[in-house]
Amino acid sequence: MSPTISCTSVYKIFGDNAQKLLSENKGKVDAAKFQEAGCIVGVNDASFDVNKGEMLVVMGLSGSGKSTLLRCISRLTEATAGKILVDGEDICLMNNKQLIELRREKMGMVFQNFALLPHKTVLENIAFPLQVKGVTTDNSIQKALEMVELVGLKGRENYFPRELSGGQQQRVGIARSLAVEPDIWFLDEPFSALDPLIRKEMQDEFLRLQSVLNKTIMFVTHDFDEALRLADRIAIMKDGIIEQLDKPDNIVLNPATDYVKRFTEDVPREKVLKIESIMDGVDPNASSDFAISKNEIIETVAEKILNSKEIIKVTDENSNIVGSINPSKVIKVLFGG
Amino acid sequence: MDKNYLDTVRNSKPTQFGILLVLFFALYHLVPHNDGNYFWRLPSLLKGIPLAINNVIFSALYDWFPLKVWDPIFEMYEEKAAFREFTKAVSQGLLFLITFVRELLLGGDKIIDVFVNDAWLKENDWLSWPALPWTAGAVGAFILGYQLNGFRLGLLGGIGAVYIAIFGNWVPSIQTLSFVLITTPICFVLGLSFGIWGYLDKKVETALQPVLNVMQTMPQFAYLVPIIALFGLGDHAGSIATIIIATPPMIRNTILGLKRISPEVVEAGLMSGCTKSQLLFKVLIPTARRDILNGVNTVIMQCLAMVVIASFVGAKGLGLNLKIALNSLKIGKAAEAGLCIVIIAVILDRFTKAWANKPVDYFENLTLFQRHRSLIIFATAILVFSIIAFIANGYFDKINYLYIIPIEKGLTIAHYIDAGVDWVWDTFFYTLNTFNKFLLTQVLGPMKKAYLGMPVISTFTLAMGVAYIVGGLRTGLIVGGMLLFIALSEYWDRALITMYMATFAVLMASLNGIIVGSIFSQTERGSRFILSVCDFFETFPSFVYLIPVIFLFNITDTSVLIAAIIYATVPATRYTVWGLKSVPLSLHEAGTMSGVSRMQRWTNIEIPIAFPTIMLGVNQTVVFSLQMVILGALIGTEDLGQIIFGALSRTKDGAGVALTLGVFVSLIAISVDVIVRKWAEDRKKALGLL
Repeated sequence: MSPTISCTSVYKIFGDNAQKLLSENKGKVDAAKFQEAGCIVGVNDASFDVNKGEMLVVMGLSGSGKSTLLRCISRLTEATAGKILVDGEDICLMNNKQLIELRREKMGMVFQNFALLPHKTVLENIAFPLQVKGVTTDNSIQKALEMVELVGLKGRENYFPRELSGGQQQRVGIARSLAVEPDIWFLDEPFSALDPLIRKEMQDEFLRLQSVLNKTIMFVTHDFDEALRLADRIAIMKDGIIEQLDKPDNIVLNPATDYVKRFTEDVPREKVLKIESIMDGVDPNASSDFAISKNEIIETVAEKILNSKEIIKVTDENSNIVGSINPSKVIKVLFGG
Repeated sequence: MDKNYLDTVRNSKPTQFGILLVLFFALYHLVPHNDGNYFWRLPSLLKGIPLAINNVIFSALYDWFPLKVWDPIFEMYEEKAAFREFTKAVSQGLLFLITFVRELLLGGDKIIDVFVNDAWLKENDWLSWPALPWTAGAVGAFILGYQLNGFRLGLLGGIGAVYIAIFGNWVPSIQTLSFVLITTPICFVLGLSFGIWGYLDKKVETALQPVLNVMQTMPQFAYLVPIIALFGLGDHAGSIATIIIATPPMIRNTILGLKRISPEVVEAGLMSGCTKSQLLFKVLIPTARRDILNGVNTVIMQCLAMVVIASFVGAKGLGLNLKIALNSLKIGKAAEAGLCIVIIAVILDRFTKAWANKPVDYFENLTLFQRHRSLIIFATAILVFSIIAFIANGYFDKINYLYIIPIEKGLTIAHYIDAGVDWVWDTFFYTLNTFNKFLLTQVLGPMKKAYLGMPVISTFTLAMGVAYIVGGLRTGLIVGGMLLFIALSEYWDRALITMYMATFAVLMASLNGIIVGSIFSQTERGSRFILSVCDFFETFPSFVYLIPVIFLFNITDTSVLIAAIIYATVPATRYTVWGLKSVPLSLHEAGTMSGVSRMQRWTNIEIPIAFPTIMLGVNQTVVFSLQMVILGALIGTEDLGQIIFGALSRTKDGAGVALTLGVFVSLIAISVDVIVRKWAEDRKKALGLL
C-alpha cells in the first residue's frame, strides 16, 4: 500500500534568490552559507513517508522548521524544491482550484492559537468549512452539531469564541478541522497555548478521538514528552534538517545524534519503553501463572512484575508466547545502572 | 584628547543639539536682513506654480478629450470636454442622492420633478412628498437607539431629536443629516475598496501612504476652491470636499484592521477551502469588522466636522446657519446651531459605536413578528404621528407645531447666551483685555517678530539639523526638500507666521496635555474619566471651538491660538494617558519596592517609558494646531490661512493658490511628522517596546 503522504527532498528556503542558489549548489544546502547570501533555510532536504492511519509527530524547538514543513505539505507555503505526494498526487503541481478541492475533501488543520473566526459562534465556526464548500445551511449545521457532541462542547453551540476558555476554543478548532471528515489531519502545536493540566486533558481527549477516527496525522510540537506520549513515529528537526525519524522507544534507546540525545537523556525510560524492548527470548523456565503483553509500557506493569519475583511470560497480540522477562531487567530500567 | 572629543560629539545627541543651536543663533544674528541676500530670503522661483495648476484645471475642464454631446435644446452636437462631462455627472448624481434623502424626510417635489413633466407638476399641487413630522422622527431615533443598545441610548436619541425640534432647528438638522447619510456610505465604499486594495498589494499601500498623509494634513479650506472650479457650488460640492477629508481615515482603518488579523486565521480560512473571494468576504472583512466600523465612526465625525466648511461651497443645513450667525456676530444663534451639530455628532457617534460592538445573535429562534418587531413599531409610530400631525393641522391655525417647528417659532435661549456673553464681556472686559494685550504685546508679538526675522539659512539649518540628528541624512534631506518647496515660493513669510502660531499652540497644548494626562492617569478611574472627556471634546467639530473665544478675545491672534490650544490639548492628553497606562504593572511594583515617591515615580519611571507615546500625541497636536490656525483665517489672521481663505474669491488663480498653499501647510505638518515618528520609533526600540 502506498503511503498517504510522501515527501522526497523537500526544501523551503526563504529569500529572493533561493531557487537560483539551490540549483547552483545542486541541493547541497549549507545554512550558514545561504544565510550569507541573504536566504534563510526553513526546511532542508526532508524525505519521509506517512502511512495511512499513522501519527507522525514532528518535534523541534522554535526555528527548527517544523511548522514550515507542515505548511509546505498543506501548501500554505510553497516548497522551494522537492516532491510532495498526497495519495500519489504531487500537490506542488496542483493549480489553485485543485488545491481548494483537496483541502475541502481531504485535509483538516488545527492551529496553535485556535484561529477561530471571532464573528462566528461555535456552531458557525465548525460549519464554516462545509459552508464554503457549498453544503446547505441545514446540513452543515446538522453536521456541526454532531461535531460539537464529538468534542464535548454540547450546550455551548451559540457561544462566541471570546466567551470560551482556551481548551474549549481548541475543541472548536479540532471540531472545525474534522467537519469535512478529512483523511489527513494536520495539527500545528495544538496544545502549546494551553495550561499544563488542560494540555494533559486535551492529549487524552485527542488519543480518544484518534482511536475512534483513525486519521493519518501530522502533529507538530516542541514538547518532547508530548511527542513520546502521542506518536507512532517521531521526526526530530533541527535547523530545517530531520535529525532522526523513528519510533519513540527506538529514539530513546538509540538517539542518532548528540542533539537528539540531549532530549532523551532526561526521559524516564519506563514511561516510554515497552516490555518488548527489554524482553528476552522464550524461556522454558518462565513459571509465572500470568503473562503480560509485549506492548505494555514498562511503568504500567512494573509493580506486577516486581511483585512476582519470577521470570514472566510475554505474549503478543494473539496471546502467543513470544518471550520472557526477568524482574532484574525492570529494576535496571527503573533505577539505572 | 582630540579623538575623544570627536567621539563625544558623535555619540552624544545633546551635544549635537547644542552645537546645532549655537550654529542657528550665530546664523540668525550674522546674516544681514536684506532682500537681495539669498541667505536671508530665497528668490520666488516657484511663483508660477499656482497659475500652472489653474491652467491644468481649466484645460482639463474645457479642452481635453472633446466629446460630441447631443444638446437637446439646440438640437445639435456640441463639443464638450470629457472631464467636464464627468464632473457634471458626478455632481448631478450626488445632488440627486442628497436631495432624495432630504425630501424623503423633509418633503418636497424636486425628486418627483425629475420624473414627471414640469407643467403637469405645477398644475397638480398635491404632487408633493409629505415631510416626516418631527414627532415621528424623535420616536424613530428612540427606537433605533433602543434596538442598538437599550433604553438609555434610545433616550439619548429621542431627547436629542426633541431638543432639536422644539428649538426650531429641525429642518437644518435634517438637511445636515441627509448630507451625512449620503456622504458616509460613499466614504465607506471608497475607503473599504482602497483599504482592501492596499492590503492585498504592498505597492499600492506604499503609494497610498504619502497621498493619505497629504490629504489628512491639508487644511480643509484648500480643497474648496478647486472643488468649486470643478464641480460648482451646492450640497454636492460640500459632499465632495467631505469625501476627500473623511475617506483617508477609513482607508487607514481598513488596512490596519486587515493587517491585525493573525496569519493563523488566514491559514484557517485557506485550509477550510476558501476561494479568494470567500477568504476576503467571509474571513478577512468580518474578522476586521470592529476596526472597519470604527473607521465608519471616524468618517461620520469628520462629516460633521466639515458641515460648516462645506457651507462655504454651498452645503445647506446647520453649518450654513452657524456661518451666517457668526458672520453677523450673533453668538447666541451660533451657539445654538453649534449645539445641534454637537448633539447630532454625539448621537451618531454613540449609535455607530453601539452598532460596531453589537454582537449578532444568529440563532435567535423568533417568529416573524418578533424578528421585525422594531421595524413594525417604527412604521406604526410614523404612521400614527403622521396622522396626528395631519389632524392637528385643523387645530393650529397657521403653524402646525406637531409637524415642523420653524426656526423663528422654536424655543430659543440665544438672547440668554447673548446676555451672558455681554455680562462676561462687561464684567471681565478689563481683565480679559489686559490679558489679551499682555499676551499680544509681550509674548505673541515678539515671538512673531523673531520668526519673521529668521534668515532662511538658519531656518533650514535648524530644521534639517534636527532631522539629521534624529533620523540621519535621508530624513534631513526629505525635510529640507519639503521646506525648500515653500521657501522658493512667494509665501515664505506667511508660512513663518503660520509656523509661529502653530509652534505656540503646540507648546502650550502639549504642556497642558501632559500635565492634565499625568494628573488624571494616577488612578484607573481618573484615566477612564479623562479619556471619555477627550471622546466628548473630539466629537465637537473644530469650528465650534472658535465661537466662545472670539467673543472673549475679539478677532485677534489670541482667539485663534486659544481655540487651537484647547483643540490640540485633546490628543496630547489622550496620548499621555495611553502612554502612562502602557507602563507595565511589574515596573510600578518594582518602583514601589524601591521606595519611590509619587514624584520620583512620575519622573523616573512613567515619563521615560511613556515618552515615545506622548511624542506621537504631540505629533497629533501639530496637525490639530495647524488645522485650527488655518481655520482661524475665517475670523481674520494674516498667515497662510488667510490667503487660502481669500482664494475663495479669487477667480484667476484661486484654485491653484489654494492647492499650493494647502500643500505647504501639509508639508510643514509632514516634516514634523517625519522627525517625530522616527524619533519615537527609535526610542521605542531602545526601550524594547517594539
